[in-house]
Amino acid sequence: MAVPLSYYLALSVALFALGVIGVIIRRNAIVIFMSIEMMLNAVNLAFIGFADYFKAVDGQMFVFFVLTVAAAEVAVGLALIVAIFRNRGSIYVDDLNILRW
Amino acid sequence: MMDYVWLIPLFPLIGFLINGLLGKRLSKNVVGTIGSLAVGLSFLLTLGIFLEFLQLPEGSRVVEKTVFTWISSGSFQAQAAFLIDPLSLVMLLVVSGVSTLIHIYSVGYMHDDPGFYRYFSYLNLFVFNMLILVSANNFLLMFVGWEGVGLCSYLLIGFWYERRSASDAGKKAFVVNRIGDFGFLLGIFIIFWTFGSLNFQEVFAAASHYPVGSAVITAATLCLFLGATGKSAQIPLYVWLPDAMEGPTPVSALIHAATMVTAGVYMLARCSALFVLAPVSMTVVAVVGMLTAFFAATMGMAQFDIKRVLAYSTVSQLGYMVMACGVGAFVSGIFHLMTHAFFKALLFLGSGSVIHGMHGQQDMRHMGGLRKYMPITYWTFMVATLAISGIFPFAGFFSKDEILFYSLVDGHVLYWGIATVAALITAFYMFRAVFMTFHGKERFDHHEVHPHEAPWTMAAPLIILAVLSAVGGLVGFPIIEGAHKFKEFLAPSIATLHPEAHHAMSFEIFMMAFSMSVAGVGIFIAYKFYLKKPDLPARVVAKFPVVYEYIYNKYFVDEFYDAAVVEPVKNGSDFLWHGVDEGVVDGVVNGSAGTVAWISAHLRKLETGFVQTYALAILLGMVLIGGYLIGR
Repeated sequence: MAVPLSYYLALSVALFALGVIGVIIRRNAIVIFMSIEMMLNAVNLAFIGFADYFKAVDGQMFVFFVLTVAAAEVAVGLALIVAIFRNRGSIYVDDLNILRW
Repeated sequence: MMDYVWLIPLFPLIGFLINGLLGKRLSKNVVGTIGSLAVGLSFLLTLGIFLEFLQLPEGSRVVEKTVFTWISSGSFQAQAAFLIDPLSLVMLLVVSGVSTLIHIYSVGYMHDDPGFYRYFSYLNLFVFNMLILVSANNFLLMFVGWEGVGLCSYLLIGFWYERRSASDAGKKAFVVNRIGDFGFLLGIFIIFWTFGSLNFQEVFAAASHYPVGSAVITAATLCLFLGATGKSAQIPLYVWLPDAMEGPTPVSALIHAATMVTAGVYMLARCSALFVLAPVSMTVVAVVGMLTAFFAATMGMAQFDIKRVLAYSTVSQLGYMVMACGVGAFVSGIFHLMTHAFFKALLFLGSGSVIHGMHGQQDMRHMGGLRKYMPITYWTFMVATLAISGIFPFAGFFSKDEILFYSLVDGHVLYWGIATVAALITAFYMFRAVFMTFHGKERFDHHEVHPHEAPWTMAAPLIILAVLSAVGGLVGFPIIEGAHKFKEFLAPSIATLHPEAHHAMSFEIFMMAFSMSVAGVGIFIAYKFYLKKPDLPARVVAKFPVVYEYIYNKYFVDEFYDAAVVEPVKNGSDFLWHGVDEGVVDGVVNGSAGTVAWISAHLRKLETGFVQTYALAILLGMVLIGGYLIGR
């Protein structure tokens, strides 16, 4: 039984919106980071839905690319967060406003 | 030898460089010797060139020597070149000769001055510029010398710069001269614009094709004459010269009597070929000269500072020269320039000797009876006074009589009348000065002042100048035709208004006798007033208080200029400074900067530094763009 495309997309949009809201309102950098991952995965879901719908393998290929990039990004991002914590003793983004005038 | 003409101005320049750069380390004797030697060599070289020049046939007595091309731009050419002709040779001889004597005199006069080397370097620089001025073959090089002598005049008037009045006088001279120089420069522009050249010979040759009274030549000559009024201290720009007496006395003798102030007259004579084509300019020149001669003479009557008497006398005599040029008697103007250089330099040096002997006292009311203390000074001063008063056979008689003569036959009876009255006043105030200084009661304090004769370095130039003042006029013996060597010599350089008319010898003799008797009357009045009845001047003053008030205060001209020119300019500058510059210009600059700062102060609140704010902004942007793309 095939799942209709609209289901895929609805779930994808919901996940993406949750991710955006998380990025904007949460203070903990790790949570923000996780929210970004969620947005990426929402996009992955949309890709898979379209791949299934068009019976084409291109969408799934893109998902693999996104997964590898996301893995690399996680490594760099976590390293940055660790470095920030070591320097400033906090990973709350409220405290990280030294770029301000 | 003429090929070495460029050495004439070079010697003083070398002297200036040595004294100016090394003078501080050299002893006073060395500095004085270098300064005098530099000018003396110029004089000897000029003399050599003069003797060689006399060998030339009369038709070819105009020689140009180009040293190098100074400016070459398109069709415009300016050479650093010298013009050797009778006029420039006369000027070179007078300038270098009188300068040499005054340099020697200065060695004695300035001996105790701490600025000794500075003085001699300025003086040499002045001679350099003056020699450039009189020997240049084009207007531009002449202008270089013209500005250079103005600069040196400023430096030397303000030589004792620690004195407020001296530095003010220097500034006044400089600013007033700038007005004249502005006119001169405009004249040069008009000439270049009209003739496409600045070379004297080319310009004068081209000008001869223009009709008499053409507007462009009239304009050019009027501008040139404005330059002459500045440098030669004519109405309305004469006011700087009396104040210039703040400088050392030898400077007054050299720059403000014998040489620099005659530059204007030299320029009029040099440009005679242009002036004869502009009758309107000639009338202006003659009237200005006449008025200057008369009014300056009257101002000289009521001065008590011996140098100021001589200063007004200089202005007055320059007026005579200018008037002579104005009636077309350029030769007589140059002749008087030469004799005046002798006797006025002598008068100033004599007054310097008096001031030196009186320990700096310049007020004639505190002198008197000095004849027996300084006989050399007295007798030489007397010779110069007789010369300036126009007594036969001293130099001033020939030149002044000639000017009076031509002002009557070529000019107007009014010129002659007023100039004759001025001659009477001249004789009066000069003998007043002699009587107040050298005769009568001794009005100084014997315990404080011990008058003494000048040292030989000062006395020798006095004697040489006295000889020149006595016999210098004989080169222009007027009555016998063919005896006027000076006029024949100058003929190649000077344009004439119309052919020389023949005048009966009896008429000339009558004119001479008349001007002599006029001078005699002036001397007699001075004798009556200041020797016979010393209380008479006070009674006369009491009788005409208003007239005296005006003359004593020099007709309030300085006050008038102050109110009419200086104050408005000051107020205008003040307005431009505080109103326009500080208000408008600074206001625009500061206002635009302030506006930007104000906007930034508000805009920077957007920069929170929180990543999430920026993320929100990105989101909103995306939503807006997406909404636009979809809803389109």
